[in-house]
Amino acid sequence: MQFTIEVGRYNPEGTYAPQAARVESYPPPWNASPPRHVQTYTVELPEHAVVLDALIAIREYQDESLAVRCACRSAICGSCAMWINGHANLACKSKLSEFTENGKTRVECPPSMPVIRDLIWDMGPFFAKHRNVRPWLEQKQPVPGPLEEYRVANESMEELIQEVSCISCGACLMDCESYAVNANFLGPQALAQAYRYAADPRDEITNERLRSYSESGGVWDCTHCYECVAQCPKNVAPLEQILKLRKMAVDAGFTNNAGTRHADAFANSVKHSGRLNELTLMPKSLGFNIVEQLRSIPSAINMMRAGKLPPLIHPVIPGIERIRTIFQRVGGRFK
Amino acid sequence: MICDHDVLVLGAGLAGMRAALEAARNGADVAIVTKVHPVRSHSNAAQGGINAALGEGDTWESHAFDTVKGSDYLADQDAVEIMCSEAPRDIVEFEHMGVIFYRGPDGKLGTRAFGGASQARTYFVGDITGQALLVTLYDQILKAGVRVYEEWFATTLLIMDGSCRGLVALEMLTGELHLLRSKAVIDAAGGLGRVFEPSTNALICTGDGYALAYRAGAPLMDMEMVQYHPTTLAGSGFLMTEAARGEGAYLLDRDGKRFLEKYAPSKMELAARDVISRAETTEIAEGHGIDGNVLLDCRHLGAEKILKRLPQIHEMALDYLGIDIIKEPCPVRPGMHYQMGGVKTDSNGATSVPGLYAAGEVACVSVHGGNRLGANSLLDTIVFGRRSGKASVEYARNVVALQGGEELLRAEQQRINDLLGRPYTGETHARLRLELATMMDQKCGVYRDEAGLEEALQKVLELRKRYERVAVGDKGRVFNQALEFVLELDYMLDCAEAIVRSAIVRKESRGAQARTDYPDRNDAQWLKHVLVTYRPGAQPVISYLPVTITQWKPEVRTY
Repeated sequence: MQFTIEVGRYNPEGTYAPQAARVESYPPPWNASPPRHVQTYTVELPEHAVVLDALIAIREYQDESLAVRCACRSAICGSCAMWINGHANLACKSKLSEFTENGKTRVECPPSMPVIRDLIWDMGPFFAKHRNVRPWLEQKQPVPGPLEEYRVANESMEELIQEVSCISCGACLMDCESYAVNANFLGPQALAQAYRYAADPRDEITNERLRSYSESGGVWDCTHCYECVAQCPKNVAPLEQILKLRKMAVDAGFTNNAGTRHADAFANSVKHSGRLNELTLMPKSLGFNIVEQLRSIPSAINMMRAGKLPPLIHPVIPGIERIRTIFQRVGGRFK
Repeated sequence: MICDHDVLVLGAGLAGMRAALEAARNGADVAIVTKVHPVRSHSNAAQGGINAALGEGDTWESHAFDTVKGSDYLADQDAVEIMCSEAPRDIVEFEHMGVIFYRGPDGKLGTRAFGGASQARTYFVGDITGQALLVTLYDQILKAGVRVYEEWFATTLLIMDGSCRGLVALEMLTGELHLLRSKAVIDAAGGLGRVFEPSTNALICTGDGYALAYRAGAPLMDMEMVQYHPTTLAGSGFLMTEAARGEGAYLLDRDGKRFLEKYAPSKMELAARDVISRAETTEIAEGHGIDGNVLLDCRHLGAEKILKRLPQIHEMALDYLGIDIIKEPCPVRPGMHYQMGGVKTDSNGATSVPGLYAAGEVACVSVHGGNRLGANSLLDTIVFGRRSGKASVEYARNVVALQGGEELLRAEQQRINDLLGRPYTGETHARLRLELATMMDQKCGVYRDEAGLEEALQKVLELRKRYERVAVGDKGRVFNQALEFVLELDYMLDCAEAIVRSAIVRKESRGAQARTDYPDRNDAQWLKHVLVTYRPGAQPVISYLPVTITQWKPEVRTY
């Protein structure tokens, strides 16, 4: 079968092979990123071929200057994460037949990642985030003898297989909406690994971990967009791990942070009046922090000018008792 | 750039990182040089588990005997004794590092059955054991703060006054060549699967470590012993773990019959890999297969067990063949998987070149002999990785750091410039590699004979000549992968030649070497290792070493 592949190409030196002459310039939203161009290739492959098969075929038989990382070809090594038709995916796991839109498949480095060459992006920031969550066991004392394992339930180990299945491909971070606007956010992969160690019964420093994961850039910076869950090729579901970490942190008493205050303000507002009081949400989330509170004033003025300021009067909806009953039934912090 | 370290480790798979960690623990300034990021290493593809006699009622002697028998008595028994007796401690150490091993009901480590073993002694994490070990070890490397030169490709070893003093490496990001000097080098660069097509191995398994050590004067041993795994996925050739059979899966012919009753009546699907791969090849040749495959039947294991214990192969069969192994049997066939042979080392990883150590698949200690047992490869990497890490530091303590080596750096730069300057003649690395590798699979696969092997040798020599005309199809500096592939092909040609020459001289059938013209094992003449030593500008030299026998006299091998 014939497949058409559009490759977003970038080469800092501009040394393309001679056959790479046919180019068209890149459309937005790439204006801010390094100059790139789209190159179109056609390849003959079996019907069940994957995107990586096409890229390898191009690199081997059409254009040796096409740069792409790959190793295992079977979704184990995590090398070949890239944008395929505008979303993060592993090239080795994406069937061409399923990813052909309007007769072609488009692959490129995502705008969220620093491109090095063609489909190769700088994974330095990604692995730095991983390193920053202290991704190793701080052994619970006393450590058993050299021929003795920690005695733990199999369920507690099986619970962590989901996170250990992470192959560090970076697909989650590529499409992370929070990371796109906040480079400090630890991101889905690192936080899934954070959970992996925080939830390990053999770890000594769970509380220390929860404290640091609750800080700025940590679990509360996630915006629940579910992109990481959708894009993860190994079903690690990072967002779910982030939510588990939040619960662990709150249960352990790490509530003096904007994230917890925001969640509390949200819940209390709904419990009080049956709907969200957007006017008080922001000040309550920021807490007793004069500087931050003052900093939000210009935004408030802008919102007022644009007619976007929430109503000053916040009436209680009829039937509020029934909503409060829900809170009673659910129990927990807001009973 | 020129950098100095005490110990350099080439490769960041399990063997390399374990060696580096041990060297760091022993106070050395150690750095890892790796052509891919550590977690991309091929150790992550090991699915089934890791062996150790740790359970009650099991003994390391029993593990050692199974290993020796599995090796068809070609393994050195002193090395096997070390590996099997130290295994329990090493496994427990990985548990303490944080590997989430499967537990039994009492919370202690639990096992599964594996091929060629008389006891269930395979410890595991689902079917991602290699990955679970690799990521845990990577995290330990981060904790220890070991320096890693990531995406640096080694082009040659630095030999000064007869001992190994570092290496030259190409930094892919910049295209610059660097000289890395050290007192000792540990070669843990992994396997050579790409010499065969198809293979279960990753595209990065190009035999770099074999060729680098071989060119530096270290002999390669038992290179004819190339393992074909009995269950690789039809079409793509991806690995379908032996754990499937360990959990109870059947191998069926086209009529749904468990054909292994003819070949291994007592162990059936859990016989050694060479035995099953030959059985499958025979059945397929006799027309009892389906389109060149036999069937792996997991259906009776049930959905829960498959999804919990074998999730990865369930996903792979679904992704690449559209087959749900819960509901249908899956077509599989033997595929090239592992190189038992390698750089000859002693039980501390030392090669015959002072200062050069080797560990992992690239090394031949030898613990696998003619056929490796499933779940012994991970064990090999962590036991001998650790031992070579320790030994290299002890060696480095008595070595004085040397200056120099700049002329080698200049010569390597010249060689690379010449490669880049080659005009296009029509020969490409991809075509040559494919020709080499499909030929190796046909002539040097499960069954071999003199005529085929001689043809293979002629072909390798012809390809070696044609290699001189391969041009590099990319002229850039940043991530010039074409240049890397051309250099890798050079390594693969060395490996192929060593494999074929060894297979030609061993005139018997033992382990993975199944000669149709010499169908029997011949202990009187061939209970010995075959070594190939490089000679610049001349034919390699073949020599022999006796097999070390300690407790177990060779016996007839049946399963």
